[in-house]
Amino acid sequence: MSQTVFEPWNDPQAKPLIQFKNVTKRFGDFTAIDNQTFDIYEREFFALLGPSGCGKTTMMRMLAGFEKVTEGKILLAGQDMAPIPPNKRAVNMMFQSYALFPHLSVWENIAFGLKRDKKPKDEITDRVAQMLKLTRLEKFAQRKPHQISGGQRQRVALARSLAKAPKLLLLDEPLGALDAKLRQDTQFELVDIQEKTGTTFVIVTHDQEEAMTVATRVAVMDDGKIMQADTPANIYERPNSVYVADFIGDVTIIEGRATKTGDGYDIAFAEGQPTLHAESSKTFQNGQSCHLAIRPEKVAITADKPDTRNALKGTILDIAYLGNLSTYHVRLETGQIVKAQTANTRRLSRRNFTWEDTVWLSWTDTAAVLLEG
Amino acid sequence: MRRVTWFNATSLTLGFAFLYLPMVILIIYSFNESKLVTVWAGFSTKWYGELLSNQSFLDAAWVTVKVAVMSSSIATVLGTMAALVLVRSGRFSGRTLFSGMIYAPLVMPEVITGLSLLLLFIGLNIDRGVMTIVLAHTTFSMCFVSVVVSSRLVSFDRSLEEAALDLGCSQMQAFFLVTLPIIAPAVISGWLLAFTLSLDDLVIASFTAGPSSTTLPIKIWSSIRLGLSPEINALSTLMIAVVTVGVITASLISKRGSLKRQADERAAET
Repeated sequence: MSQTVFEPWNDPQAKPLIQFKNVTKRFGDFTAIDNQTFDIYEREFFALLGPSGCGKTTMMRMLAGFEKVTEGKILLAGQDMAPIPPNKRAVNMMFQSYALFPHLSVWENIAFGLKRDKKPKDEITDRVAQMLKLTRLEKFAQRKPHQISGGQRQRVALARSLAKAPKLLLLDEPLGALDAKLRQDTQFELVDIQEKTGTTFVIVTHDQEEAMTVATRVAVMDDGKIMQADTPANIYERPNSVYVADFIGDVTIIEGRATKTGDGYDIAFAEGQPTLHAESSKTFQNGQSCHLAIRPEKVAITADKPDTRNALKGTILDIAYLGNLSTYHVRLETGQIVKAQTANTRRLSRRNFTWEDTVWLSWTDTAAVLLEG
Repeated sequence: MRRVTWFNATSLTLGFAFLYLPMVILIIYSFNESKLVTVWAGFSTKWYGELLSNQSFLDAAWVTVKVAVMSSSIATVLGTMAALVLVRSGRFSGRTLFSGMIYAPLVMPEVITGLSLLLLFIGLNIDRGVMTIVLAHTTFSMCFVSVVVSSRLVSFDRSLEEAALDLGCSQMQAFFLVTLPIIAPAVISGWLLAFTLSLDDLVIASFTAGPSSTTLPIKIWSSIRLGLSPEINALSTLMIAVVTVGVITASLISKRGSLKRQADERAAET
């Protein structure tokens, strides 16, 4: 492991590029952003993820300068951004609608920002050529925005916002208008361009798969607050709240009461059901109510009772066949539904379980996450 | 499929006759040899010749064009500014009152607009002439411009302006480099509307005109009172021709533009 891992947020020496300090934003009586403090580091690909109305777009518009901060401060490279208008910030934005200027050609769109800076002519020409090459748009330089396809427009918007070499690039749902297939290719292209240019990217999205694919860190937002900001793997495997566990991916949440046993906790969740066991670094009082979050792919499904501590009996209620995976909805005797997922490594005819079968569900002591409730 | 039934043909003929018969008669009589309007005495273009040598008509035409160009230009600037404020500034207190007051002249009787302007000019002791007509025409035509431009602005994507600001434009640059070029067709049609309104206005112009500033409609109206003349027919025919050519050209241009755009978009998809 000679290669250093890119984790500036774990390095106390690292200086953040952007600092939110107790930032609150109100629209009249409505609090869009509620007293948020967090940092974004240079060269990061930071994703703001959340349902619509959670404040993620407001967060981005404050960075761009289109919204004023009600309370608190936003610092860019140590400098307070409040008095700097949008046109003077070293921040550029790629708009959800792309906002390409319809009366200008692709070339003129990309050159637009450079011309405002009164750059010498040949410098502009060089930079635009460089951007066209980066986004593979050389052939379309003289076309107008309505003469190119959706994917090409998306790349023009990206090229235009990168042309001024901003310290920070904001991307508002950049792939929202593309179809699923094109979106996947474009996600990797976006990461590639981010690495090539070394620009710090902040992306706003409601698509968790997109956030997980592109981002170094994902901030899951709800109701004006960042619930958790961490690497995609940590967000998924170590959610810090029921909200995050439930928002990202598929999960079964079992409510119960914790009792300390060994290096973990026993969780009693229903009369007549065996207690479950989970290891946790968090401390719970004996008898404290808690939530056990377990991902479907970590639940094994067997016909016979397995020899593990976490084993529950139930009947198959539903099978969601997704091609590569099948998700089984298993109903326990208590009526609670637990989801189990298996990879379909065999052809359909060889499948073991069907509706109404009685099966056993099991998982290891470290598979589930114990959350406060 | 027989679409042309006896009934359809009759309705069409009646409708068009109702609309265009008066104008057709006017055009035919403009080529009448006789001085008497009601008696046909053979084809001639002599009244057109007489018209072109009649200095008072030429003067009136020149005044009309001057007034129309000036008033429609001022009205376009003011109307566009009003539209921007109305569409953009969201809900400020008194917005409803403000927008109502901008659109009121649309339904205000012209006689009242004319009269109140006349009183204003007299009160301020302004000599009536070309400038007072220009002011009056600006007043009543700017609301038309504002209606046309604001209907375009409602569907204007605000993020285009934000993108311009984001890329380093000042508010002013963003307007002139991005917003104005995009809404230009609406602004131009607003100007054309104001221009035509000014061109054929009689009522307001007659309240606010002075002795040295007779516009064409006033000239026509006052010569009619001395009796119909074939010269007036010739003049009116010319005006119809100018308007027709203008309207057809404008619609051809916009149709060609939209066809080209459609073709471009089809080309982009393949």
